[in-house]
Amino acid sequence: MWRVLGYLALTAASIGVLVPFFWMAASSLKHNNEVFTIPVKWIPSPVVWHNYVEIFVKSDMITWIKNTLFLSVVITFLQVFTGSFAAYGFSKMRFRGRDVLFLAYIGTIAVPWQAYMIPQFIIFSKIHLTNTLWAMVALQAFGAFGVFLMKQFFDSVPHELSEAARVDGLSEYGIYRRIMLPLSVPAIASLSLLTFVNVWNDYLGPLIYLRSHSIWTIQLGLNSFISQYNADYALIMTGSVLSVLPIAIIFAFGQRYFVEGIATTGIKG
Amino acid sequence: MSTMTTEGPTRSRRTLKLRNTLTSWSFILPNFLGFGAITLLPVILLFYISFTKWNVFGKATWIGTANFTRLLHDASFHKALINTLYYSALHIPLTLVISLSMALLLNTKMRGVTFFRTAAFFPFITSIVAISAVWNMLYSPDYGVINQVLRSVGIDNPPGWTNSSTWAMPALIIVSVWRDAGYYMLLFLAGLQTVPRDLYEAARTDGANAWQRFVNVTLPCLRPTTFFITVILTIGSLKIFDLVLVMTNGGPGQATTVLSQFIYKKGFLENDYGYASSAAVVLFLISIGITVVQFVVNKKRDES
Repeated sequence: MWRVLGYLALTAASIGVLVPFFWMAASSLKHNNEVFTIPVKWIPSPVVWHNYVEIFVKSDMITWIKNTLFLSVVITFLQVFTGSFAAYGFSKMRFRGRDVLFLAYIGTIAVPWQAYMIPQFIIFSKIHLTNTLWAMVALQAFGAFGVFLMKQFFDSVPHELSEAARVDGLSEYGIYRRIMLPLSVPAIASLSLLTFVNVWNDYLGPLIYLRSHSIWTIQLGLNSFISQYNADYALIMTGSVLSVLPIAIIFAFGQRYFVEGIATTGIKG
Repeated sequence: MSTMTTEGPTRSRRTLKLRNTLTSWSFILPNFLGFGAITLLPVILLFYISFTKWNVFGKATWIGTANFTRLLHDASFHKALINTLYYSALHIPLTLVISLSMALLLNTKMRGVTFFRTAAFFPFITSIVAISAVWNMLYSPDYGVINQVLRSVGIDNPPGWTNSSTWAMPALIIVSVWRDAGYYMLLFLAGLQTVPRDLYEAARTDGANAWQRFVNVTLPCLRPTTFFITVILTIGSLKIFDLVLVMTNGGPGQATTVLSQFIYKKGFLENDYGYASSAAVVLFLISIGITVVQFVVNKKRDES
């Protein structure tokens, strides 16, 4: 009895979660006038693959994807590298002011970005860094999140390990490079995936900083495409599918690391 | 560092200590330079700007608390604040109940649990722009899937959703709960792993039924998790923005304008940096206030 109810609930919840995605994918393969029909047509017939060609003709999809890919890769690399480096300092070394400094890092995680986006923008304007892709890199590469996630992980590595290496004469950089980095591959995977996805999906940051069309990201481009072609429902869904697809693929392969990353950073705040 | 402090004369000990400090800082610095300039400095600067009149081209003029007095009398600020609270008041409990229910369901040994865990988390990593595009079409009053379903079950006058000032906010809340529930479900699942198995066994031998086990074992053991989730959920709700901006742009009228959007509009569309910053200070204080309350309550509970 409970089992049956459980399966019913599971099925209902799955449908609730997945139907919007299914409808999106189905509509992306329809003729425009078949997107809204009564009753709903769940399976496209005929299947209009041509939408996936047309979107590239009608929009700057390739430029947007290129820009977004550039940002995601560069920011992820910097976030992981500087974040894990700093996390080693916070986790495995002792120095004056360490705890206060780390508190400043943690503290800013609780502050919504919207609260300080204006002073940030003023600073970027003063140094003439707005309207460049590098503004986005600077904005997101040095976040507290990476430091926090990596420190959580390093804290779980026994201190005896680094002490022993110190006694053996390994420098701190050596310990980081030869012991901590190899051990932290799962944590690095989590951080990389979460950062990559965040940058890929970011809308507000690019909206504020990227004015020239040539440096638009996929989210900005897609949203402008939606307002420009607001009656081309099928094409809008095609664009949406394309914007989600890379994330879906990454997610399919790295699902475990997403879950681990969320569980380690979420729960110990 | 105990090995270092016990050996050698004072001078070399001091050199060692200095070298240790320098090495430590060399680890922190690459990140801290960016973090300090791009996060810490703006947070501090925010308070100064909130007491000034400042636009893009002009200079900052100190005007004391004038911005805050203006906020007190600004009807559109009140509306944004009320909308934010309205959103939070529904989004927080709904997300809590649904994500906890899903976590409990997934904590059982049913087939398909792994598949569902993956599926439920997927909306959370999908971009707001794509989500808004799909849901806006699903919500379409005449031909949308949702209203078609509602009509087919006998509701003749289904809501106009994002076109209606009454239903726009509930429509947004439904999407955001749909999006967030999988994420919080993961946090609850992690919390459920920490509930000791033998407590359930003990409750079972005492003859407790499923509901009693839930109330007397699961909920108390889960309290730290629930509390923590409530806090991040609250901060998340207070800063809701992207979804509103893309889905309804605050409309119709001001029906879905939220606090963050008010800040965005004053700052980036009207270039009224000082005034926007004072509204941002309000958002900052509410968020930090909630975090501090969490710390205090947490500490009290630890002591008792």
